[in-house]
Amino acid sequence: MALNVGCAARPGRARDNKTGSWRVFRPVLDAEKCKKCGLCLLICPEGCISEDDEYPRVDYEYCKGCGLCAEECPAEAIEMEQEEK
Amino acid sequence: MMEIMEGSHAVAEAVKRCRPEVVSAYPITPQTHIVERLAEFVADGEMESDYLTVDSEFSALSACVGASAAGSRVYSSTSSQGLILMAEVCFNASGMRLPIVMSIANRALGAPLSIWNDQQDSIALRDSGWFQLYAEDVQELVDYHFLSFRVAEDHNILLPAFVCFDGFILSHTYEPVDIPDQEEVDAYLPPFNPYQKLDATDPISMGMYATPDYYMEFRYELDRAMERASRAIKDAGQAFGEQFGRSYGSLVEEYRMDDADTALVALGSICGTVKDAVDEMRDAGRKVGLLKLRSFRPFPKEEVAKALDGVSQVAVLEKNISPGSAMKGAVGLEVKDALWKTGIDVYSYVIGLGGRDVRKKDIAAVVDLAERGRGDMFYGLREELI
Amino acid sequence: MERRGAPVQAFVRFSDSKIRLRSQVYEPDYIIVQDSSLIKDVDVFAGLTEGSVAIINTEKGADAFDVPAGVRVITLDATRIALEVLGLPITNTSLMGAFAAATGEIQFPALAEALGERFTGALAEKNIEAARRAFAAVGGET
Repeated sequence: MALNVGCAARPGRARDNKTGSWRVFRPVLDAEKCKKCGLCLLICPEGCISEDDEYPRVDYEYCKGCGLCAEECPAEAIEMEQEEK
Repeated sequence: MMEIMEGSHAVAEAVKRCRPEVVSAYPITPQTHIVERLAEFVADGEMESDYLTVDSEFSALSACVGASAAGSRVYSSTSSQGLILMAEVCFNASGMRLPIVMSIANRALGAPLSIWNDQQDSIALRDSGWFQLYAEDVQELVDYHFLSFRVAEDHNILLPAFVCFDGFILSHTYEPVDIPDQEEVDAYLPPFNPYQKLDATDPISMGMYATPDYYMEFRYELDRAMERASRAIKDAGQAFGEQFGRSYGSLVEEYRMDDADTALVALGSICGTVKDAVDEMRDAGRKVGLLKLRSFRPFPKEEVAKALDGVSQVAVLEKNISPGSAMKGAVGLEVKDALWKTGIDVYSYVIGLGGRDVRKKDIAAVVDLAERGRGDMFYGLREELI
Repeated sequence: MERRGAPVQAFVRFSDSKIRLRSQVYEPDYIIVQDSSLIKDVDVFAGLTEGSVAIINTEKGADAFDVPAGVRVITLDATRIALEVLGLPITNTSLMGAFAAATGEIQFPALAEALGERFTGALAEKNIEAARRAFAAVGGET
């Protein structure tokens, strides 16, 4: 059958679902204000903020634009800017 | 070996021989003695199972789902409200195609509170995707456990199973029963070979999200598996007969149906009483027979149509009530469907709810009603109360 | 399943052929009344006919009970036997001894063997003794 028995699935399928296309507002970081506290990494429900660089970096392929990071940032270093579509 | 044993204890002996790796149950009041005895077996080292104690029937079946998904042979047992509390998990178990076997000591549902027998609990879960067998006596009850594990775990089926038996009437009655030896059961029921399982080194998720683009196809596959279960139950029943001498090669059993003009249709222990009543009516020259249904899901439509071909009327005995249904009982609708366009009259009789006793004379009275064209009704109401 | 102390009915059928009938027993050949105080609340003698036997646990004599014509009444103080032998007012095994003697349906050695399977050690001995005392009280000869 074409379907997996019991609707079973291998892990990692969520990677195929590029939720970045849902976004209306995108988070933009103001590096001058950022204190590098890392709260936005913990808060992001999609887990798409990383600190590979010196500053937090948003993976826009998956960021849905929910705005939680901007809402919670203690330094008010994240602004939500409307996407141009 | 033939022994006189309580129905519940006989089930426990059968389940022990099925070698479940995990047992989880919550002892509803009144529980049968099944899981009580299984707990003793585990504690005494007679059974190598994990016995999981939990806080509710919902948790019990949830634990079973997890254990089955992890690749274990899993068993549980419940009754009445306990089964209804499991309802949500029942649908998940079948949707994930987990071959759990659960014994259902059929009892009435509240309110009003009743601890006594009818079949409302398992009939209410008709559409939950579990196949449902109904035992007439303790011997069938024991044998159906071996058969159910074998069918449920068949990779072509992968459905969970209810082994249904009338609460108290079978669960608490002592009668002679043959409990097969472990070696014989092992020869009939091979070790569980899971189709797929949760494994940290090779991870999968089960019962994932299905969007409107996919959901219907999963339900279609579940229904197809249930259709295939008809054949699988018959094959497993035939193989059982070849090995043990007690054959269950059909989903129905005909009793004195040759030349019958009126046929009774029933599920479970009431069939024994009906057989005695049929003998008395036959002795009095009345052409009456019984069609016993071993399985309610899958419903044996073809066998029913074939067995009832040639009768004038059919009286279906219902230990359930579907309030608002024109026929009253859930089984009658299926029988009527099997006989669609044949011109045979099919009537339902709601009987023996909440433990009300059913006697041979009641069976004869139902036949009288059917032959007079009266049915789709409660039988045996106390008129002074209504 | 019953609450201890609550009035209960239980039924037994025995036969050389397979028993299919699942209904309650309405016309018993034998009844055993474990607690005679129930007689005033429940018509325990209903369905008894000529030749039936009623075995009643009571201090009273057989003529104290109003039974249908032709019914044989056997009385014994099974509670006293149980208290003396077991130290508890549990009358089941005493009444089984009385049943065996009154009806001849069960031979005493078979009853003693069954009790030996059901109980172990001193408890088995005591219950067999209780059954034996009741069996003798009803006139059975072991």
